[in-house]
Amino acid sequence: MIRSHFGVIAIAAMVGVAGCGEDKKAQAPATLTIAIGSVAPLTGGIAHLGKDNENGARLAVEEAKAEKIRIGGKEAVFEFLAEDDQEDAKVGNTVAQKLVDAKVAGVVGHLNSGTSIPASNIYSGANIPMITGSATNPELTERGLKGVFRVVGRDDQQGPAVANYLIANAKPKVVAIIDDATAYGKGLANEVEKTLKAAGVKVLAREQGTNKTVDWKAVLTKLKGRGPDAVFYGGMDSTAGPLLKQGRELGVKAVFSFGDGACTDKMGEFAGSGAEGLLCSQAGIPPQAASKKFLDAYKKRFNIDPILYAPFTYDAANLLIEAMKKANSADPAKYLPVLQKIDFAGATGRISFDEKGDRKDAEMTIFTMKGGKLLPIAIIKSGKTIKYEDFVAQSTAPAADVAKK
Amino acid sequence: MDVFIQQVINGLTLGAVYAMVALGYTMVYGIIQLINFAHGEVVMVGAMVAFSVIGALAPSGLPPLAIVLVAAGCAIPVCMLIGYAMERAAYRPLRGAPRLAPLITAIGVSIILQHLAMLIWSRNPLAFPQIIKVESYHFAGATITSVQIAILSISLAMMVGLAALVYRTRLGTAMRATAHNPQVAGLMGIDANRIIALTFVIGAALAAVAGVMVASYYGIAHYAMGSQLGLKAFCAAVLGGIGNIPGAMLGGVLLGVVEALGAGYIGDLTGNVFGSNYQDVFAFIVLIAVLVLRPSGLLGERVGDRA
Repeated sequence: MIRSHFGVIAIAAMVGVAGCGEDKKAQAPATLTIAIGSVAPLTGGIAHLGKDNENGARLAVEEAKAEKIRIGGKEAVFEFLAEDDQEDAKVGNTVAQKLVDAKVAGVVGHLNSGTSIPASNIYSGANIPMITGSATNPELTERGLKGVFRVVGRDDQQGPAVANYLIANAKPKVVAIIDDATAYGKGLANEVEKTLKAAGVKVLAREQGTNKTVDWKAVLTKLKGRGPDAVFYGGMDSTAGPLLKQGRELGVKAVFSFGDGACTDKMGEFAGSGAEGLLCSQAGIPPQAASKKFLDAYKKRFNIDPILYAPFTYDAANLLIEAMKKANSADPAKYLPVLQKIDFAGATGRISFDEKGDRKDAEMTIFTMKGGKLLPIAIIKSGKTIKYEDFVAQSTAPAADVAKK
Repeated sequence: MDVFIQQVINGLTLGAVYAMVALGYTMVYGIIQLINFAHGEVVMVGAMVAFSVIGALAPSGLPPLAIVLVAAGCAIPVCMLIGYAMERAAYRPLRGAPRLAPLITAIGVSIILQHLAMLIWSRNPLAFPQIIKVESYHFAGATITSVQIAILSISLAMMVGLAALVYRTRLGTAMRATAHNPQVAGLMGIDANRIIALTFVIGAALAAVAGVMVASYYGIAHYAMGSQLGLKAFCAAVLGGIGNIPGAMLGGVLLGVVEALGAGYIGDLTGNVFGSNYQDVFAFIVLIAVLVLRPSGLLGERVGDRA
């Protein structure tokens, strides 16, 4: 851990030194420093996902820096400012203000809905565009704030997707819904509940934990007494794993289903054999279905595979950069209108925004756990369920486009 | 009824862990009136060391039970060492200082330990290896797993052992004498500093075992896992009467049961106005209730005047 940090610093230092050297040699004209911020929890229970988000954005900014793009007649020097919001709205606002004070040109983040929503007020007030690669709560873009975008789907698309898949495949009569009382978990659980109720499925009274709960036995014992056929949990993997493990230990036979926060390979480690057969959804497409160019670059740069939303934060950062290029300015007032109308072939496919700032036609993916690994089984796009293999066959075309660029 | 029995089993398991941790708080408080807020972190270190040892030994093909015992056998001395170092470096220099000083130091030690653990074991939640296959036993409609049985019996054995140590041995007599009056104990030839250090070390050993148990129970270990657990155990210690060893055991078990039953039934009792997410609140409600109604705790007559 420590060593790898030093490695990163050393590489960064070398890149920095090399960059300076060339600048001096070429006697470059005035350069334009463009700072791009990234915010995600880098400490706490989901720090691994936070680092993944940060890595995606970092890769995009480093590539842009290496390209030596010219913006407004000057050579653009991209700076990457990564902040830790600790998955906490108060800290999130503090670091958002810090980035505003540092005069960043745009922000990739935050990771969580609970931090993105309050922070979006700060960015919007300072006229700094933000693009989240992972916050899925609808409220983020529903308040009509200027310059707030997201490149993933929303809970009100994801919730119905997983609920409909559950109805069609598990055919439950009674479903128990649990959430972790965060904006994300509760919002997603509400959407699932709405869809299930609309389809005439009986939903038990909502149970809640917190985003730090590891002891779910009391809740599960209560639920077991009511005999649900399926359980849906809105929350992250670090709480969902123990939930699933304890559920199986108590002998709860129901199908367990989750949203994207608990749709990681970690579920297999946390819940062991209990994780087999779970259903979960991810907004967007699985990282392994992202463009090969991105996957290779990520692996080469960080020596690991992306976990969850790195392709999306990569695209988010690239969208900011692309809009700046097209507007020939890093001034948010100039490039924001361009960003709003952009049509971009990213690592996660074509991206364009609707008037709210949400991605048009965002995909949802349904996964199951088999042999300790998550397997994508279906992609849901514009209300249609497509088998995963068929989707991959289709999506090679845009991926090839990106590779050519 | 079977749901009720199940909730009580859940609560007893949780309570056994709280009791083990609460003992560490109460023993230290009993002797030097310090609330060692870094104690929760010692539990975390115990879990983390065991995590690393199991991870290293798992591919060796040793029998799983032996691996877990070796892991606990490594976690205990490491935690004892931390307990000793903590006392020696952070608290002993402040002996005789105003009571607030060591309390703040304790919070500082807790933050240091947490962040050291974050550097060593990363900030990711770690999946605690489940190398022993968990068996479930059914009776009266309820389920009890082998891990729960192990937690209950190990903690019972450790508590009996501790009680025997404190009330039946010379060392225990010295500890109780020091707790009663360190100056007079010193005049009687008891090395108070040594006894205090030993108290920390014993508490840390219990914490190590608790750490291994809690991590294998939930299957997850995390560098921040100690703080919440520590606070709950502290509440348990206050409930039983801080400074009182049987009180900590009783308080821990009671708190576990209160939490499990509270979380299990609050929704039904309040018409779903309050939900099971209030589980963590019960410990603190109990803490406030005890402080208001009976500041000396359930069994804590002896140090009531100091609490």
